[in-house]
Formats: sequence, C-alpha cells, structure tokens
Amino acid sequence: MLLSRLQPFEWIVASRFLREGRMQSLFITVGVAIGVAVIVFMSALLQGLQANLVKRVLTAQPHIQILPPKEKVRIQHGQDGALHADQVQAPLQRLKSIDQWQAVLNLLRAMPDVRVASPAVTGSTFIMRGAASRSLSLTAVNLAVYQQIVNLSDKVVAGQARLGTNDILIGTELAADMGVGVGDKLLVQSATGASNHFVIAGILDLGNKSANQRSGFVSLHSGQSLLGYPGGVTSIDITVQDVYAAEEVAQRLQAQTHLQADSWIKNNAQFFSAVKSQSLANTAIRFFVGLSVAFGIASVLVVSVVQRSKEIGILRAMGISRGQVMRVFLLQGGLLGLGGALIGCALGILALQMWLQIARTPEGTPMFAVTTDFWMLSGALALATLSGLLAALAPAMRAARLDPVVAIRG
Amino acid sequence: MNNIPLNTLTETPRSPKQPIVQLSHVHKSFNVGEPTEVEVLHGIDLVLRAGEFVAVMGPSGSGKSTLLNIVGLLDRPTQGQLQITGLETTTLDDKALTQLRGRSIGFVFQYHHLIGAFSALENVMLPMVGMQGYPTAAIEKRALDLMDSVGLLQWRDHPATRLSGGQQQRVAVARALIMQPALLLADEPTGNLDTKSADAVFELFRQVNREHGTAVLLVTHNPLMAQRCDRIIQVVDGMVSG
Repeated sequence: MLLSRLQPFEWIVASRFLREGRMQSLFITVGVAIGVAVIVFMSALLQGLQANLVKRVLTAQPHIQILPPKEKVRIQHGQDGALHADQVQAPLQRLKSIDQWQAVLNLLRAMPDVRVASPAVTGSTFIMRGAASRSLSLTAVNLAVYQQIVNLSDKVVAGQARLGTNDILIGTELAADMGVGVGDKLLVQSATGASNHFVIAGILDLGNKSANQRSGFVSLHSGQSLLGYPGGVTSIDITVQDVYAAEEVAQRLQAQTHLQADSWIKNNAQFFSAVKSQSLANTAIRFFVGLSVAFGIASVLVVSVVQRSKEIGILRAMGISRGQVMRVFLLQGGLLGLGGALIGCALGILALQMWLQIARTPEGTPMFAVTTDFWMLSGALALATLSGLLAALAPAMRAARLDPVVAIRG
Repeated sequence: MNNIPLNTLTETPRSPKQPIVQLSHVHKSFNVGEPTEVEVLHGIDLVLRAGEFVAVMGPSGSGKSTLLNIVGLLDRPTQGQLQITGLETTTLDDKALTQLRGRSIGFVFQYHHLIGAFSALENVMLPMVGMQGYPTAAIEKRALDLMDSVGLLQWRDHPATRLSGGQQQRVAVARALIMQPALLLADEPTGNLDTKSADAVFELFRQVNREHGTAVLLVTHNPLMAQRCDRIIQVVDGMVSG
C-alpha cells in the first residue's frame, strides 16, 4: 500500500482516482493511444515519403547553382533624360564564364551554410560514332569534388566513375543509341567546331530516361578546352547544410556575389509546393487528432468531477486547498495523455513495422526508408500530455471552485 | 492574502476555559440581494471553550447545519464576527481559511464520506499528507494509533468502503482527529448507526474530549445523547438558546 513518502499528495490522489475508475481510465487511454498511434504512423510515413522524394530530386542536382548574371540591355537616355527607343529587345543570353570564379569559389567555401562548392563547365555538344550522331549535354567537373554533390559512383551501371583527361561518362540510353560500351571511343564536337576523342569510362543510370539519353560528364580541364572556356567555369554547384533553407541561402549568395543563384526550391517550385502542402496536411491531421484526444480526456474528467464531487467536498473540508484539488485533476489529464501516448507510440511503431513488411517493391525491398526518430516520438508524447493537461483545465477549475458545503450535501 | 502565523496553525490552544469558537452577532443569509433572499441565522452569539462538549439540537431547517458550516469555516457569515482559536476569520481569504480549517478543525458527517480509492488507514492519513511538511513515518504512526484507539487496527488495509457503516464512521472519526484539532465538529454522526455503534462513536468523542481537551460541537436529534454532553444549545428559527 502505503502512501509513499516520495510522492506528493496530488500525485497520490490523482493516481488512485484513475486506478479506482479503471474502466473509464482504460477506455480513454486506449482512445488516446489510438490517436497518438495515428500521429506517429502518419508522421513517420509522410516524413519518409517526403524525404525520399526530396532525396530523389536532389540526387541528380545541386542545392544551389551559381551562374553568371543575366545580360541586360543598357538603355540609352538622351541629355534631357528621355528614353530614345521605341522598343527594347531582350538581349541574347550568351554562355560565358563567371568572372573571378576562383575568388567566388573561395568565398563560397568559407561560408558556414555551404557544405560543398564545385565549379563546372556545361555546354551543348554532338557525339559522333561512324555515321551516327546524337546531341549531348556535356558537364565538365572535378569529379572528386562533384561526387560530394551528385554521387556518380552510385549511378554507374557499367565501368567506373573515373574522369581522366580523355575519359567520358555517358547515360545508358545514349550508350544504347550509339551502340557503345565501356572502353569504346567517341568523338565529341562542340558548337564552335572544336572536337576531341574520349574513351567511355563508365555508363550511368541517372534515374530518368531523358537524362540518360543526353547526359555526359568529362573532366573540368577537358571540358574547358572543348567548350571554349580555357581557365573559366560557367557555373558553381553548391550543396548547403539545410536543404529546406536553400532558397534563403541562394538569396544571400546572390546579394553577396552579384551573381545569379538558383536554388533547387526555385527550380522545382511545383514540387516544393507539393511537399509543403503535404507537410500542411500532416500538421492538420496532428491537430485534429490532438483535438479529439483532448475532448476525450476532457469528457472523462468532467464526468469524474461530477462523480467525485462529494469526495472533493470532503477533501476541501479536510483542509485541502483549491490549488491542490485543481492539480489533482490536471495531473489526471496529464497522466491519461502520457499513458495513452506511451502505448500509442508503441502501437505506431508496430504499425510502421507491419507496413514496411507489406509495402514492398517487386524486388522485395521497402518502397522507401521510414524512420521513427526520437524527436518525433518525443513530440507525440509532449503533444498528447499537453493535450491532456489542457483538456483537464476546465474540469480541474470546476473541481477547484466546488463549494464544499454544496458538494458534501450533494 | 492574510497570512496566519505558523504557531497559530500548529499549536492549538488547549488551556481550559480558553475560547476555541467565538461567534458575535452572526447572521447568515442566502441569495443575498435577490428577491428570494432568506436569512437563516439571526445574530447568533456563541462561545465554545477548550474541553467543552456541546450538543446542538433543533428542528430540521432551524439552521443547525448552517451554523456548523460557518463554525467549520466551510461557509462565511453574512454579518458578524467569528473567531477560531482566537483568530478573527471573517477577514481571512480562502487560502488562509483552508489552512486554518485543516489544522484546527476536524469534521465528522452523518454520512462518513470516506474516499473509496484509499484503504481505511490511508483515509485517516490523508488530511495530514495533504497538509504537507510532516514526515510520512510520523503520519503513519499517528494514524495507526488512532486506528487502534477506534478499535479498527486489524481493518487498516481494508478498502474503506468495504467496512460496515459503524466501522466506516469510526474511521471518519479517526480521520477527523489525525491533525489533533482544537475543535471537532460532528453533524449527526450517529444518525445512520445502530444503537451500539452510535454509542461507540459517542464514547470516542467523549474520550478525545477528555484526554486531549478537544472542544466538541455535536449536532444531534437524539435527546439521550445530547443529555450526556456538557451543555445543550437549542437552535430554533436561526436563534440560539441555552
């Protein structure tokens, strides 16, 4: 039995009241548990799905791309300040190198938000073998650095990710169209007429048929020579610490460098909007489940206050303060919330494990990684406990305000 | 907030003839300011001294329970003064009244009102646990002594509500005495008991009154029981005589 010396009065009474009304406590705990299990299951699933989608989008592109500023028309004004042009035509956007790119690269690498910065030269070329030719979007990079942004090694289906002076990596569809394999030679010709022979070092699956049909990678030095940018680069690819903060970082970089900075969020605006909508839907689900949990707890405690009004009156007559009575009922709400949340977290994890067993690809692997991290579980526990406490507020205040004379008389 | 000196709360005066309860011109009305306003007590003057055992009698609806509630600090007078252990209570706030009630006044009601979630012994311990600041071992020892003195030591771990009516009322008496109050208020405590149990409960009150000098105010309809008290107060139509 006995009233433990370690437990405060409110805790003792609250836990005994809950134990005495065990059927009520059990039903509401199960209700809370189901609510929390739904939150845990849905949150983990949506987070996993979202992370998987973002990962898929970002495995083939940098978080931010720094480009030379767009060319603008310099409008001529007369001495009177008036505009002397009937029509302003948008200028052609020439491919050009980033001015002082090495200084810019050093500046970017020194920034805390930036994880990796990799210079690149990109341009349109033709790939030729015998009578066959295809257009090729060529990207010239320093492979060791670029791998930290887009891991080409993971995408190699034949050969290896290696970019020596004459090495080239091409997409699977392009290799099939040209009838080539690893070790075969190809002639690559730029729009300016410059050409070079390359040996296929590896064939890549970039996860997209269109990309596999037109993509190729060569070393930075080879690309600079072929595409006519000796010593220059046309872009700097960047990964940042927080992918969701990429747009803010891009805007800061643009302001600092006066170059064009395009984030993946800007480049994939519709996708990002869908991800945000999904997060919003998840929040709405959590809110409404939390609300139903709170109302469930509140209804049980309101009934409990009515049922126990005589006992509350007696406690008040014995010298128990209004504050103590209030805390007894608040604690009951908190305990119901916490107890239900603990069971709910376990149920949610169990449901996720079952889902992972059921939802599998034809190869038998999970469709995407689903993890239940500490913060999500802590959040669910905190949400349910807080809901319990808030739900108990009104019944607790009602109990505290009970007139002992009226309560005892019944 | 009105702070009560700690010694007032913890050291209940027991010197003979010292007033424990003093009511001066106490009025009590319900529904004040409304057309249905009714005055239940009409200027009651009453002094109850340490060691006194007083019976309160009167017809139903005469104001006995209202008087007891006011003396027990469960209700406030509409007019007049009320001193408990020498402390004027009409100016105290709810928190101070609750403290004073818990430390100086014990209640026994017609229906024992034990708390079903606790055992008999725990029910006795509960007021002192709620007061805080007392070591649990000391509370338990005092509760066990009280359970022994009411003859229920062997029932101490039984769920309170599974005891017989007489046993439950004896537990309620033990609970009322755990704080060693200066004043014990009993509202028809034997009204639902058979003669033997009623007699046992009354003897308990008497014993506490004699051994500890606890002032007892006992509301009863039983004239034989009232005659065994030191004094009888008649409450008729909200006025006191005797």
